[in-house]
Amino acid sequence: MKKNKIRRVIPASAKSPATKPKDKEVMRLFVAGDTAKSRQAVLRVRSLFEAELKNGCELEVIDIHLHPERARINQIVATPTLIMEFHVPERRFIGNLSTAKGVSAGLDLIRKDKTAL
Amino acid sequence: MKNNGRNNGSKPISPATQLPKCLTGIQGLDEITGGGLPRGRPTLVCGGAGCGKTLLAAEFLVRGAAQFGEPGVFMSFEETEPELQANVASLGFDLAGLIRRKKIVIDYVHVAPHDLHESGEYDLEGLFVRLGHAIDSIGARRVVLDTLEVLFASLHNEAILRAELRRLFRWLKDKGVTAVITAERGRDQLTRHGLEEYVSDCVILLDHRVNDQIATRNLRVTKYRGALHGTNEFPFLIGGEGISVLPITSLGLNHKVSDERIATGIPRLDAMLGGRGFFRGSSILLTGTPGTGKTIISSNFAQAACRRRERVLFFSFEESPNQIIRNMHSIGLRLEPMVKKGLLRFHSARPSLYGLEMHLATMFKEIAAFQPHVVIMDPITSLMDAGTASEGKGMVTRLIDYLKAGQVTSLFTSLTQSGSGPAQPNESAMSSLMDAWLSLQDMEGNGERNRVLYVLKARGMAHSNQIREFLISDHGVDLVDAYIGVSGVLTGSARVQQGALEKAVVLANQQEAATLKREVERKRKALDRQIGDLRSDYEGEALELRRIAEQVGTRTVMLGTDRAASGLLRQADTNKAAASTRVNHKNGKA
Repeated sequence: MKKNKIRRVIPASAKSPATKPKDKEVMRLFVAGDTAKSRQAVLRVRSLFEAELKNGCELEVIDIHLHPERARINQIVATPTLIMEFHVPERRFIGNLSTAKGVSAGLDLIRKDKTAL
Repeated sequence: MKNNGRNNGSKPISPATQLPKCLTGIQGLDEITGGGLPRGRPTLVCGGAGCGKTLLAAEFLVRGAAQFGEPGVFMSFEETEPELQANVASLGFDLAGLIRRKKIVIDYVHVAPHDLHESGEYDLEGLFVRLGHAIDSIGARRVVLDTLEVLFASLHNEAILRAELRRLFRWLKDKGVTAVITAERGRDQLTRHGLEEYVSDCVILLDHRVNDQIATRNLRVTKYRGALHGTNEFPFLIGGEGISVLPITSLGLNHKVSDERIATGIPRLDAMLGGRGFFRGSSILLTGTPGTGKTIISSNFAQAACRRRERVLFFSFEESPNQIIRNMHSIGLRLEPMVKKGLLRFHSARPSLYGLEMHLATMFKEIAAFQPHVVIMDPITSLMDAGTASEGKGMVTRLIDYLKAGQVTSLFTSLTQSGSGPAQPNESAMSSLMDAWLSLQDMEGNGERNRVLYVLKARGMAHSNQIREFLISDHGVDLVDAYIGVSGVLTGSARVQQGALEKAVVLANQQEAATLKREVERKRKALDRQIGDLRSDYEGEALELRRIAEQVGTRTVMLGTDRAASGLLRQADTNKAAASTRVNHKNGKA
């Protein structure tokens, strides 16, 4: 139910590609304001998850300054936060993903799970 | 909510010139802090688990929204919205209603550490945005953050976290909201993660400790920048109406006093108290060793009040109501009709049932509900044993303050140890709070124990300084004068014996006097008799004398006659002589 709610909001945050098949995997990146830090985070995600994104995974970038209610709905505390909801349990990355250590550990986990499926 | 007279009784300590304050609406807390928490600033509430931090924060928010027209935001890091609603609903707060009416917003912040990966720099803008959004959505003036420290468990970059918290508190101040931040008590410092570093305006410490198996909650304002505040530790409790802090200083000794006197139900006792009994609204202490009749005097007092159509609340900590009623019936005191009429109400509870402050709150509640004219506590000592000595005294002080404010006459019985030695520290401490003090004692001797009563003190009235023997019979109680004489104070059978002894002495004296009287009477009679004898003797002799005199006279006459006759016979010239004398007489006359 929660998922449906969120999906309905997606078109509003029109940063995601228009063409989007059903059951598409979505990554959500929450940033605060259109700042250099935010942009850097977007770029970093794009480069890190190049493979996933090419594979049809979507990236939704949400500016919580513009959509404060989303911060509450998605339980955002820190920015930037990257949420992978399709993964069970949901995976979250916080920070600008500049240090590879934390990211790779998380990524390894996700990719391993995916291959296992 | 009950209107507590205590709040009206005293003025907040702080004058208006000090920093603006924000009333919490929590009973007693506003008095300690002199008008509430610092307005527009964050206040830190810290304490261990189960201290009531969340509840205090929630009450601050709910009362703000419901009573002071200040909407609030509750940011909860530990409990979800339904949990929170259920928790405060048990205290009579309608959180759901306030949320519906857009007076309160609850935002549950969930940070799950296990599926969180940190990488690189970040900030807590998410938190700021959520809080800001919530505040703006209802125009909130109050904010609660419960408990921020959860973040320390979830986020590992402490440097960022601390910087962001500092920014958060600054931001809260800039927003002008009055905030309450709860924090877990730390081992060496106030809070586990040193939050007091950021919140420096007001710190309230909650504490939950156990003494002799009885738990007491305490509240202390450890810091209040720029304001006077009560620095003591005050017990507080979580009752059916939220938190109530019980400050001793709630009453500035400025309660009204009454000149009205009320009878004790024992006429002789009234007589000892200037003839008219105690003052209405006074506090009376009744101390006594076991079995000296404290409950009996209390019951008499209760009965007398009920007969005046006054309501009496009887707190009993040792006996059940039925037991008291039965026992009093045995001395002719019928309390049951009073109970049925609704004039007398018993409240029995074991002292160890709960902590002192809970007892106090229960009593306050009962008193507020029943509105009695007279309150009896039997015995207060067993209640005081439920806490430490100072706690006990504090409780009695608060109780007396509360009762005096309502002009309720209070009678406290106090159980003392056997032996009529000097007053024990317990009662000495209590006595200074009391207006009148009756002491019941045992006098041992002559193979028996007898009850005696003294009035040790009675402020504002002339009272007897004498000892009275206190008698309990089927018809109730009575006071009689104890025998005081050369052999000291005598009571009981010794007194009766002494009385008999005195009676015997009097009787003997009377008998002696009667004997003496009889003796005198007898003597007088003897005397009279003697006098009579003498008189009759005398009279006899006098008669004899008269008779003799007559005889002599007769004889003389006869003698003359005889001589004349014999002279005649002898032809003596006596006749002539006699005739011539007769002639001479005739001539002479002629």
